[in-house]
Amino acid sequence: MPDPVIDLLVQNHAGVMSHVTGLFSRRAFNLEGILCGPVEDGAQSRMFLLVNEDRRLPQLLNELAKLYDVIHVELRHDIPRQAFDPMQVVREEV
Amino acid sequence: MKRNGAEIIVEILERQGVRTVAGIPGGANLPLYDALRDSSIHHVLARHEQGGAFMAQGIARVTRRAGVCLGTSGPGATNLLTAIADAKLDSIPLVIITGQVPLAMIGTDAFQEVDTYGLTLPITKHNFLARRPDELLHILPEAFRLAESGRPGPVVVDVPKDVQTGECEFDAWPEPWSNSAPAPCNPSEIDALACMIHDAKRPVLYIGGGILAAGCEAELAQLARRNSIPVICTLMGLGVFPADDPLYLGLLGMHGSRATNLALEEADLLIALGVRFDDRATGKVAAFCPQAKVAHIDIDASEIGKIRPADLSIMGDVGQALRQLLPLMDAPPRDTWRSRIAQIQIDFPPAQPDSDHPLHPIRLLREAARLLPHDTIITTDVGQHQMWTAQIYPFRHPRTWLTSGGLGTMGFGFPAAIGAALARPDRTVLCVTGDGSFLMNNQELATLAELGLNVKILLMNNGHLGLVRQQQELFYGERYHATRFEARTDYAALARCFGVKGVTLDPLEDPAEALARIFAQPGPCLIEAPIPENANVYPMVPPGAANRDTIGGTVHA
Repeated sequence: MPDPVIDLLVQNHAGVMSHVTGLFSRRAFNLEGILCGPVEDGAQSRMFLLVNEDRRLPQLLNELAKLYDVIHVELRHDIPRQAFDPMQVVREEV
Repeated sequence: MKRNGAEIIVEILERQGVRTVAGIPGGANLPLYDALRDSSIHHVLARHEQGGAFMAQGIARVTRRAGVCLGTSGPGATNLLTAIADAKLDSIPLVIITGQVPLAMIGTDAFQEVDTYGLTLPITKHNFLARRPDELLHILPEAFRLAESGRPGPVVVDVPKDVQTGECEFDAWPEPWSNSAPAPCNPSEIDALACMIHDAKRPVLYIGGGILAAGCEAELAQLARRNSIPVICTLMGLGVFPADDPLYLGLLGMHGSRATNLALEEADLLIALGVRFDDRATGKVAAFCPQAKVAHIDIDASEIGKIRPADLSIMGDVGQALRQLLPLMDAPPRDTWRSRIAQIQIDFPPAQPDSDHPLHPIRLLREAARLLPHDTIITTDVGQHQMWTAQIYPFRHPRTWLTSGGLGTMGFGFPAAIGAALARPDRTVLCVTGDGSFLMNNQELATLAELGLNVKILLMNNGHLGLVRQQQELFYGERYHATRFEARTDYAALARCFGVKGVTLDPLEDPAEALARIFAQPGPCLIEAPIPENANVYPMVPPGAANRDTIGGTVHA
């Protein structure tokens, strides 16, 4: 099964990324990968956070759901790790 | 209509029913102070932003409404941080409005510029950086809603100076935020809880600050008494259930009584209401209530199962849950459990003074409790005096006990006492403090002198950072270091310098008469009590140990 990915729908404004990543950094919980882009005409953003299996994950999902700008949280296991490989974008450009 | 940002802030505060704000002006919030000059809101000029924010906390803790404080950019904002973090950990509603450098200067290392948004991000329930004056019409009511609803907490609104001066046109004022009735709890979960309580032979109620936030002290007392369930309090939960009730077992955890920790050891059901299984309360988690099933009710889903998995969890307002639960409950007498609880209380009585010193803190506190009205509001700082007060003082009413629980902030008690007295001028307020803690916000003596409020300060002076010294004695082989104050400070004279009455108790005399005389006079007074230097707080569970592994508590009984 692919690694866990946290799928987030958030309000798109400055500060949202800090609120989300802050929850991880202050728990010394590493984010393996972040994919983020605007949706809904830029009013919202969709974030995919690649994480490792960890017993603290359910707690983190609860904390994410509490954030003011988070609209929806879901844990999924169907996104391949390669989606987070930055080199694939660079290779395509070259 | 047309208003500038500062006028919008002030008018929304008024419409929200805010009567008192505390703070300090500076360059970046001058437009706000200019607008405040024409307002009916009482502004209390603190002498340090942290003092102002703790005054706002004092107001919030006694009223259950958001306290408001103001600070300027840069050092104004950084000085507020400790009190904001304190409010976050104790779930206290605060709205903090900070000035910021003008928008165009943000990010240029301008004079008194600091990233208030970034600094307050991990210590607030939420924070806002206003970018346009019209945004304030949305942000401010939201700030009050967020601060007071659900699990309360602090909300920062950072307002650049040009957003305060900038004008905008709008048609109508936003509706002030007001709390609506809590959502009903899932009836099948309430049924399951009723069955669990009915089946339990040895249930205990483990209650905390969530009961105060929900304002459901009466429902809790009804559940405890009708079902003969003993009540155990966290540090935040003191005052929720009257200390003179036979079902009251008091504080649990690190400095809880042996009776309390033993009752938890024997319990078969832990009914956890508005608590978060804090490490100072549970001790070693694996050994906490080893025989008990856990039913956990909390408004914050992220608390349930965080530390201890619950056998039954209900996510919702604890008052709402109790109101749904009570009609389903029978009233079992639980004679065996009640007599066991009574026996434990006889076997392990409350802490006693460990010396004949007339000013032993336990004697002082018993005397204060005897002399002061039942509804006196007690605030404390952090340290030995705080733990003695939590153990000894017979709290009978909710919101008469204000203490820094989660963050454990020395310097909390005195400005919080000023805030409490501002909110409840009809009451006596007693700040119990230590010499270490008091110096961390003593500048507010100037504020108290101006206000003339009925705040008494009982300063227990042992010339040490006593609780740290105690840990060096017990856990560091008496290798004392940096816990003794070499300089002897005359605290009564310090108070008098600020224009506040100050007296020193005679260490050789029974303090009853002096205390009676001082408490009988309205107005502020600092009472310095030279307490024995080496008195320790017992019982004590060593950090990281199980609650059953208590030091002291019987030897001194």
